[in-house]
Amino acid sequence: MTDTTNKGTGGGGEEAAVVPQVTFQIDGIETSVPKGTLVIRAAEEIGIAIPRFCDHPLLEPVGACRQCLVEVSAPDRSGAVRPMPKPQPSCTLVATDGMQVSTQRTSPVAEKAQRGMLELLLINHPLDCPVCDKGGECPLQNQSMANGAATSRYLDVKRTFPKPIAVSTQILLDRERCVLCQRCTRFSDEIAGNPFIDLQKRGARQQIGRFDEDVLDFERPGTSSGDQPVGAAHTDVSGAPFASYYSGNTVQICPVGALTSAAYRFRSRPFDLVSTPAVAEHDSCGSAIRVDHRRDTVMRRLAGDDPVVNEEWITDKDRFAFTWQTAPDRLTTPLVRDRGEDGSRGELRPASWSEALEAAAEGLARARQAGGVGVLPGGRLTIEDSFAYAKFARVALGTNDVDHRARSHSAEEADFLAHAVAGRGIDVTFSDLEAAPSVLLVGLEAEEEGGVTFLRLRKGATKNDVRVFSIASHRSSGLDRMNGTLLAAAPGTEPEWLDQIAAGGTDPAELADVSEALRGAGSVVLVGERLAAVPGAYSAVLRLVERTGARLAWIPRRIGERAGVETGTLPNLLPGGRPVVDPAARAEVAALWGGDELPADAGRSTGEILDALWVGQLGGVLAGGFEPEDLPDPAHARRALEQAGFVVALDVRSSEVTERADVVLPVAPPAEKDGSYWNWEGRVRTFGASLPSDAMPDHRVLDALADELDVELGTASLLDVREELGRLTPWAGERVAAPTVAPSEPEPVEPGTAVLASWRLQLDVARLQDGERFLAGTAKRPVARISPVTAVAVGVADGEQVTVSTDRGSLTLPVAVTAMVDHVVWVPLRSPGSQVHETLGVAPGAVVRVAAAAGEGEA
Amino acid sequence: MTSPLTPVLSDTWDADQSWTLETYRAHGGYGALAKALDLEPAGIIQTVKDSGLRGRGGAGFPTGMKWGFLPPDDGGPRYLVVNADESEPGTCKDIPLMMAAPHSLIEGVAITSYAIGCTHAFIYVRGEVVHVYRRLLNAVQEAYDAGLLGKNALGEGVDLDVTVHAGAGAYICGEETALLDSLEGRRGQPRLKPPFPAVAGLYARPTVVNNVESIASVPAIVERGADWFTSMGTEKSAGFGLFSLSGHVVRPGQYEAPLGITLRELLDMAGGVRPGHELKFWTPGGSSTPLFTAEHLDVPLDYESVGAAGSMLGTRALQIFDDSVCVVRAVARWTEFYAHESCGKCTPCREGTFWLEQVLARIENGTGVPEDLDVLLDVCENILGRAFCALGDGATSPITSSVQLFREEYEAHITGGGCPFDRAAAELFERKRPAVAGSEVEG
Repeated sequence: MTDTTNKGTGGGGEEAAVVPQVTFQIDGIETSVPKGTLVIRAAEEIGIAIPRFCDHPLLEPVGACRQCLVEVSAPDRSGAVRPMPKPQPSCTLVATDGMQVSTQRTSPVAEKAQRGMLELLLINHPLDCPVCDKGGECPLQNQSMANGAATSRYLDVKRTFPKPIAVSTQILLDRERCVLCQRCTRFSDEIAGNPFIDLQKRGARQQIGRFDEDVLDFERPGTSSGDQPVGAAHTDVSGAPFASYYSGNTVQICPVGALTSAAYRFRSRPFDLVSTPAVAEHDSCGSAIRVDHRRDTVMRRLAGDDPVVNEEWITDKDRFAFTWQTAPDRLTTPLVRDRGEDGSRGELRPASWSEALEAAAEGLARARQAGGVGVLPGGRLTIEDSFAYAKFARVALGTNDVDHRARSHSAEEADFLAHAVAGRGIDVTFSDLEAAPSVLLVGLEAEEEGGVTFLRLRKGATKNDVRVFSIASHRSSGLDRMNGTLLAAAPGTEPEWLDQIAAGGTDPAELADVSEALRGAGSVVLVGERLAAVPGAYSAVLRLVERTGARLAWIPRRIGERAGVETGTLPNLLPGGRPVVDPAARAEVAALWGGDELPADAGRSTGEILDALWVGQLGGVLAGGFEPEDLPDPAHARRALEQAGFVVALDVRSSEVTERADVVLPVAPPAEKDGSYWNWEGRVRTFGASLPSDAMPDHRVLDALADELDVELGTASLLDVREELGRLTPWAGERVAAPTVAPSEPEPVEPGTAVLASWRLQLDVARLQDGERFLAGTAKRPVARISPVTAVAVGVADGEQVTVSTDRGSLTLPVAVTAMVDHVVWVPLRSPGSQVHETLGVAPGAVVRVAAAAGEGEA
Repeated sequence: MTSPLTPVLSDTWDADQSWTLETYRAHGGYGALAKALDLEPAGIIQTVKDSGLRGRGGAGFPTGMKWGFLPPDDGGPRYLVVNADESEPGTCKDIPLMMAAPHSLIEGVAITSYAIGCTHAFIYVRGEVVHVYRRLLNAVQEAYDAGLLGKNALGEGVDLDVTVHAGAGAYICGEETALLDSLEGRRGQPRLKPPFPAVAGLYARPTVVNNVESIASVPAIVERGADWFTSMGTEKSAGFGLFSLSGHVVRPGQYEAPLGITLRELLDMAGGVRPGHELKFWTPGGSSTPLFTAEHLDVPLDYESVGAAGSMLGTRALQIFDDSVCVVRAVARWTEFYAHESCGKCTPCREGTFWLEQVLARIENGTGVPEDLDVLLDVCENILGRAFCALGDGATSPITSSVQLFREEYEAHITGGGCPFDRAAAELFERKRPAVAGSEVEG
């Protein structure tokens, strides 16, 4: 395959300029480190652990806990090495040439200082380790066991606080356990950028706390239209209810048990858990995670440490949303539906694998005769599963009617992906985002749709002054926190902006700004999958990168999208970015697969497959991993599945697709299988099963199904698939030409109507968040955003209810008057009470009616 | 000629309405500014360097050298911040100075601003002293109205604005970097250094932070020259300073004298210790400096001599305690102050003062245990030199020095189950008897 190995450990970032080295001694051991290195880091490098609480390698040094004191001598101006009068905190001390550091291992002074600090930290600590979640993995506990005194000299009264504060439905704070290291406040300040809890009061009464009048700095402009969580939350330091997608990280970095999560609180002991490294399935980042399970039940997930991808941070969705894999509607056995003589459908009944596979094979063979079978594998597959689907479609079903895109999509997009994404290997990386002079986001809301991509962009913006521009309907809080510049665009007008930037336009001012910035070497254009709904947008993106020389990366929402592009679960692509219509490309793949000629015609897209099922052109469908609601017209998708002559569904859980299937074959969820994801960078993210399981991954089920069809698919084992992927050489031939679709003329916006803008929020009603009510409480409360001008035209004020409707239906939401494009209404695409596809039956860009809600004043 | 006093800063304090611009000018005020504006800024810095003026806020860092640490002008703003957050127990020199002669400070601010290239200076005043805050505001307004501040104040096209800012009552904000954070509108906690304020201070720009008395001394130095200044004091502790006598002394108050004067000399002028009593212990520079006793009456009060004798000159806040005072009680009160004022940022100061306060309270009320003294000293040892800023160190000074000097008195509290002293005897003012017999009101 094109590039399945990762480029070094450096993550493909540019070679750092040569940093001068300094040479010094720690405990008599000479070591050389790059200039600017902190002593505590240098000590780690040579295996000397200096205890610490406030220090965290990804946060700015603060020197607050004083646990890491060491004794230091350094050369003075004359070069004579002189001892510093006081022990120094190694977490803030930069190593210099000739310095001599003595840690607790060699210095009685450092040893005494550290013991003293530990004793002081414990005098006000409740010592409730037996009931504390952190017990067993607690730095404070470990440090006390290793270096603390067995008894306390403290005879007096400990400071106490009422237990716990629920900062949000998910995050709980026990103040009396806190050692005031400020890791959590620094995380929210430096990394996530969400106002959170903060220090308040002073002395021994100092505490991490929620908003109250004692906390200064609580006024923030524009809080009325700020993001609000669904569930109960304490007010953050700005006085607004706390809302963040990243707050779970504070639980993990808390060096004591002060911050805990509602989901895991009192559930388990660390020493009873079995940990496995894994990769998160929730977005296209492929963040490294750690899955902790006890007796075959996943108890929690933590961020893994992967400097090139997610550093040590993950989204709350990656952390807390895992119960979907064991939801009550999990499929455990194959199901078969008997049909009546007249074709009427009976009930699904459990069946043996052999019966189900036979029934499925028979039905698929019949359907193939009756026009063919479409394949809709969904966008969440591993590389191996995706490859099996691509091969199954071509070899077992003889068709290119395969499309993993369960969302708005277009032929222009398929060409864009074939031209610019497939087979490109690792191109733009996370670290590139940190160092780029500028980044343009189009069709992509980094925080909502890009997971930890947002954190990298924010890091670049705050640390390296990366300039972020976003073509969007309004300035989101995410863009705000990246110090970003909004290029305000009504949905559908993105190509105009893109072409003007390409042309180097200079009016208005922000256009001149972005035109110039994007021409800086190393600038990046990040494109989201939503552009598929805007005719001409992908074509304009390609013109833009050609004209400006900017680099391009496509960031879809789902983890399986890139694997689908690379393995060929698209109607126009074979594995390795080979165009279906190219005979040489087909011949290469056919040779690899050792068989017959592959189907030559470009296949049907998801929409076309559903249309063909609806009118009976296709005889059946092999589907899984998506819901009709993912598609722009769910009702049509449901009808199409009901009309289909034969439906085979592969899924983890019962779904609207399995409900309409003739044969249902259960497959393993991510925690129960081995595999690899392909993240948006093009990086292969391999993981092993966390839990022992009898559930079979898709590739194995497809192999068995092919077997029934007398086709040898060769995907029974992971090794087979990987071996075959390994034999796939990169495509050296002609790529699919860049699409050149003209933008469509915008529909006129009559009075009483507006253009619909919409995207999915990170936390919404998706099935992969099922079963986690604490997390659900931290989702943003759905609102309809309109500009002041639009609000006046509609006759509603901030906080009142507005109704957005089409002929299909309507949804009513509270108004958040927002600085944004006029005559545009933004609503969340698929949140509770705001299911755009389902209710309105349209996609973003459509013109919808907007009116003050009837019965004004009701919430 | 026998009086060793050298009234410079306090020279006009007894004038009628000494705080007005008119009075100040009548005594030659703002003459130094006019003179300074004819000089090169570098020359003024050199004069101050030559004068050997050392920071009067306690640490004694050479003022001219501090100014010299500013990086070369890059065209951006640079700031002068006057630390008027006088909060140390016993220290009471800046507040009377600003009350009686605010213009000496403002003139110093103007000269210093001119010397360092600052066009916006700040005076951060302790929030509790509202009367001083008002007086400063008025004085600054007077100076604006007279054209001494504002547009073209420092020459053609060179403006000077002065902002008087009141703190919100936190001792920590006297620490210069915490002061800067507070001035920027943040939570007042000390900053990590480096960068030092000279490089990145207020709003991350080069900043000089000086004490009120240091800045107020600048006009006289400019006016009369470095030689005049060095003619007073000692070689390394040049010039004069305000010595604030308080406590069990007949005439408490401000005594402006050359550095190097002794407490014996000062006490002579102040009428001595309260009649009928002996000197028991005293602080040379506020509660954060180790205690002295009658043995130290002849220690010259300059930076070097006091340091050599085991304490610090600090802010020259001479708190005099006579033999009626229980040292445990005095130290317990100070420690309560430090525990209350610890900013909470670092472990040793936050937790240590919390612990010390409780141990001292137990010893004082008679429930101490024999181990307590060792614990006190060991906890102090674990704070001293381990805290984030100097405030943690300061909290340990009265405890370690008093245990060293009066260990048997501590032990008497523990073994005797309480305080052997008569509290009323230590009181300076007559106790008001409660109207209702049978109930007792603490003084």
